[in-house]
Amino acid sequence: MDRLLELLEEIRPDLDFETCQDLIDGHHLNSLDIISIVAEVEDAFDVTIPTVEVIPHNFNSAQNLWDLIVRLQEEG
Amino acid sequence: MASYFSPQYLMLLLPATAGLYAITPQRVRRVVLLLASYVFFWAVSGSLIVYLLFSTLSIHHLGLWLELTGLTGKQKLAQAEPEQRKSIRASIQQKQRSIILLGVVIHIGLLLTLKYSQFFLGNGNTLLRILHMPAILPVPHFVLPIGISFYTLQAVSYLLDVYRGKIQADRNLFRLALFLGFFPQMMEGPICRYEQTAQRLWDAPKMQWHNFYLGGQRILWGIIKKMVVADRLNIFILNVFSGYDQYDGSVIALAAICYTVQLYMDFSGTIDVALGSAQLFGVAMPENFQRPFFSRTISEFWQRWHITLGTWFKDYIFYPVSMSKPMKKLTSKARKRFGHRYGPILTSSVALLCVWLCNGLWHGSAWNYIFFGLYHFALIFSGNLIQPLVLTVTERLHIDRNHVAYRVMQALRTCVLVCIGELFFRAEGLRNGLKMAWRMVTNWSFTPIVSGNFFAYGMDAADFILVVAFLVFLLFVGLAQERGARLGERIVAKPWPVRIAVYYAAICFLVIFGAYGIGYIPVDPIYAGF
Repeated sequence: MDRLLELLEEIRPDLDFETCQDLIDGHHLNSLDIISIVAEVEDAFDVTIPTVEVIPHNFNSAQNLWDLIVRLQEEG
Repeated sequence: MASYFSPQYLMLLLPATAGLYAITPQRVRRVVLLLASYVFFWAVSGSLIVYLLFSTLSIHHLGLWLELTGLTGKQKLAQAEPEQRKSIRASIQQKQRSIILLGVVIHIGLLLTLKYSQFFLGNGNTLLRILHMPAILPVPHFVLPIGISFYTLQAVSYLLDVYRGKIQADRNLFRLALFLGFFPQMMEGPICRYEQTAQRLWDAPKMQWHNFYLGGQRILWGIIKKMVVADRLNIFILNVFSGYDQYDGSVIALAAICYTVQLYMDFSGTIDVALGSAQLFGVAMPENFQRPFFSRTISEFWQRWHITLGTWFKDYIFYPVSMSKPMKKLTSKARKRFGHRYGPILTSSVALLCVWLCNGLWHGSAWNYIFFGLYHFALIFSGNLIQPLVLTVTERLHIDRNHVAYRVMQALRTCVLVCIGELFFRAEGLRNGLKMAWRMVTNWSFTPIVSGNFFAYGMDAADFILVVAFLVFLLFVGLAQERGARLGERIVAKPWPVRIAVYYAAICFLVIFGAYGIGYIPVDPIYAGF
């Protein structure tokens, strides 16, 4: 989780990823940020995020994104 | 029945449907909704209803075919030897891709043929003439069925969602027909997803007073926005846009602002009527607007304006293109070369360009719409490029980016950029749009504004004051909503005498200040034309 937070802060240093729970619904992240996050996460955690998983819920908070990563890792 | 604001809709179709819905049992209620939807379509587009029926039948069949292919494949996989599985999987995927391609080609192809063949073939002839060749391409003139741009996107999203395994194919043809043809969404959206409305519509819940009040007051709010503001601005806008060469740059700029307001009031008002109508039947369709003029950037504006179209393009064009294997590889290389920030910007600009070309073309088959799309692409792309610079500069200057003054400045800048875009959107052709913009630069004079001469161009002082007062009221409503206030719910929660007084006041306001009768021309539903 710490690695994820670090990675997210590199992409958007102006956001507080530890507390923000509405990254998408609150219009804090745009689609470009999502592309950057997906690319970074895929590299860092060796997972492939399919398009169907790119939904607001999975990106609304760092915790939700972490849950997605763990799930994708478990699914192999 | 030209629009949701026509007496035929508001006084006949909607009350008759609601009345029948209220007194019939559940099994019949869904039939009432489906029949009302087809009656509405027939009343607007007559025999062109065959297009809707064809779309419904074809996506029903293709959806089931997709699912059956997947199920058969799974059975084969279960019986296959481990070494055969890879080739079986590839074969299933290939077949499913062929089916989805067929579905997309049929639906998007039909839309392209009906809506764009005239534009493309006409431009083809122009090109041939430029090359001194005979213009031999036949230019057809098709009559468009109402809502084809909207229900086609719903149909395609259904198929793609089945393909992605997000939803199961619907075996029930009538449920799918109701999802695709539900009359409140037919004219101007919102563009619903299958999982958002299909089952709820089919459940046909019992009519409840709570929904009745919520829906009714939302319809009234939509009518007020359209009749008090959008219609009031219409003559001034018509005059300036059709004879721009007679007006100063300042008047053209004012007309661009007025058109932006008109478009918002007309479109969001129509969506209010659509969502309110659905609410009567207990169906919550997705919101299409979220106070777009509070946006701090153009990118945010498009997350708040015509939300369902934006999310459609994002889900079915932007992400699939930018997250495709070749693009991911390109992003990875670009990140190494240009860094974490600029690498993805450059590669995702390909997907962004596709989105904005489609967005422009979706609105209409004319060059000014393509320009409109490219204009927004350029704004969003450049906004992404300079964002790190803005962050650095504001930090060095110790500017609080969350300070209200900074946010207001950003919102005003967004409004100006949006108004410029809408000037081209509304202009009668790209050439006229460019001439209008040029006139704003070269022929600017405050005299018509300061002297009040512009009051003679279709809106007098009282009209302008009323529009401005309404916008100020809307600003306060928006501010309250931004803070989470649910004003509609609050009104419904009031004791009935208060509620009735509010409704009565709203109706009186509409009757007194609505722009109808002699001296006014109601605006045609703008987005229905798309």
